[in-house]
Amino acid sequence: MRAFVVAVFAFLYLPIALVVLFSFNAGHHASEFTGFSVQWYGKALSNPFLVEALKNSLFIATTSALLAAVAGTAAALGLQRVGARTRAVFDGLLGAAIVVPGVVIGISTLVALVQLFGVVNPFLAELWPGDQPPRLALGYGSIIAAHGLFSMALVAMIVGTRLSSLDRNLVEASSDLYATPLTTFRSIVLPQIMPAVIAGFLLAFTFSFDDFIIAFFVAGAQTTLPIYVFASIRRGVTPEINAVATIVLIASVLLVVLAQWQLRRRKQ
Amino acid sequence: MPAGTEAAFSMRGTLLRKNLMTALLLAPATLWLVVFLVLPFIAIAIFSVGERAPEGGYQAALTLAQYANLPARATAFWNTMVLAPVGAFACLLVAYPVAYYLALRAPERWRLILLALVVIPFWTSLLMRTYAWMYVLGGRGIPALLAYVGIEDVRLINTPGAVLLGIVYGYLPLMILPIYVSLERLDRRLLEASADLGATPLSTFFGVTLRLSLPGVMTGFSLVMILLLGEYLIPTLLGGGKVFFIGNALVDLFLQSRNWPFGSAIAITLVLVSVVVLIAANRISARLSGARRVDLI
Repeated sequence: MRAFVVAVFAFLYLPIALVVLFSFNAGHHASEFTGFSVQWYGKALSNPFLVEALKNSLFIATTSALLAAVAGTAAALGLQRVGARTRAVFDGLLGAAIVVPGVVIGISTLVALVQLFGVVNPFLAELWPGDQPPRLALGYGSIIAAHGLFSMALVAMIVGTRLSSLDRNLVEASSDLYATPLTTFRSIVLPQIMPAVIAGFLLAFTFSFDDFIIAFFVAGAQTTLPIYVFASIRRGVTPEINAVATIVLIASVLLVVLAQWQLRRRKQ
Repeated sequence: MPAGTEAAFSMRGTLLRKNLMTALLLAPATLWLVVFLVLPFIAIAIFSVGERAPEGGYQAALTLAQYANLPARATAFWNTMVLAPVGAFACLLVAYPVAYYLALRAPERWRLILLALVVIPFWTSLLMRTYAWMYVLGGRGIPALLAYVGIEDVRLINTPGAVLLGIVYGYLPLMILPIYVSLERLDRRLLEASADLGATPLSTFFGVTLRLSLPGVMTGFSLVMILLLGEYLIPTLLGGGKVFFIGNALVDLFLQSRNWPFGSAIAITLVLVSVVVLIAANRISARLSGARRVDLI
């Protein structure tokens, strides 16, 4: 059985290791390693389309993860204060936001937004005094919001789990000692849930940074890194993509390790 | 009496403030869920009974023609409905021994590290990981190596087998985790008791370990199944346009042929199938844990 487990771990990591190895290949081919070189990293980072896509992805992931962390945490706190029926409705919707396939989230957001823009844009044009009324369109906003849906549900769930294991006695003791609700929140509740909030933020960031399918539908004219990578893969595999893949893999591994570490911090 | 009234008033004030606070806390999440989950879903439900506008997109109508047209994408449905359960089952076969080893055999100090090594790939980019297999299975990877030792013209990529491999690779961590959790919670005294009562290791495994871990198995299986139903990247990159999934049909209908009503009908069907899978999984889990309770009496 040990041998089988070792084989599975090799199966999990060997393909990734190969991509990383060949991102440092001096030659063009995957079948032979002809020498160590970082040229493909240079080529990748001097490709303006790629850098633009990377910047877009960083901006979108940061914004949507921040919004999701705030809204998700607030929701988790609010859900502690409502009745069982309201809670069940929210839990159902949050669960749906996580379980509904990304393709469906993507297309339904696309359809709803395009329809909404169809109503709002002529209306704006009517009201606008100048010549060029603002036009709502797919882009940063729609990607941020669509990613935020899943991320917010994720944060609400992670923080909710943490809240339910929070020691109520501490909260009661704090208010017995005449602390205002705000002080209690700031000095008792917040420090306790902070690791879960940070972990939620990091996982939300990773999700948004890696997501291809939802962004593919709602990106409009914008390009994110996964969309760029997907398009170049379809044009043909190049060592440049290996370099990008390596950067992305290392970054997401670091973020996930950081998130896990935050989640485990409770015990100390 | 006036003092009491005052107290009642201030209590009402506190209650009001409390409700306001709750509403404020829940407002952003509610807004998000309504605008980006509930309304879009209602929109595609309405679209699915509409017609395609001549220039593409949607035109209002009330017809079930889109649903009647579902057989037009039968291949995509067939591929998904076969490869999703088969893929999930293959995942399970690989995942179970790993979860078993991690939960019951691995040395204590290695357990968390090994578990982290299982989780990390799940959270890293599926696109990049699937790309890694394109690289390995593609012309310059294993086929080139095989050609080196004299085996020519092996085609690995763009086959259903490659898609299955990609599925197992992509979703293995998600299968290992819930099985690990259920095995880790297992009361080890039951295993000892079973052995004391003369059961062979094999019958202890099938009679005790496997049965008690079935809820975890069901969770993993249904999670992987549901995600596979909407999969797009793996069939596209490793199936090379030959192994269409429902996800591929949806991308085609919404982004290329712009037949939104038909795409919506497919999306609604996909969600309904997912719901059926989830309910079935819940039912089976409930029955399994019910059976377990009876056994223990």
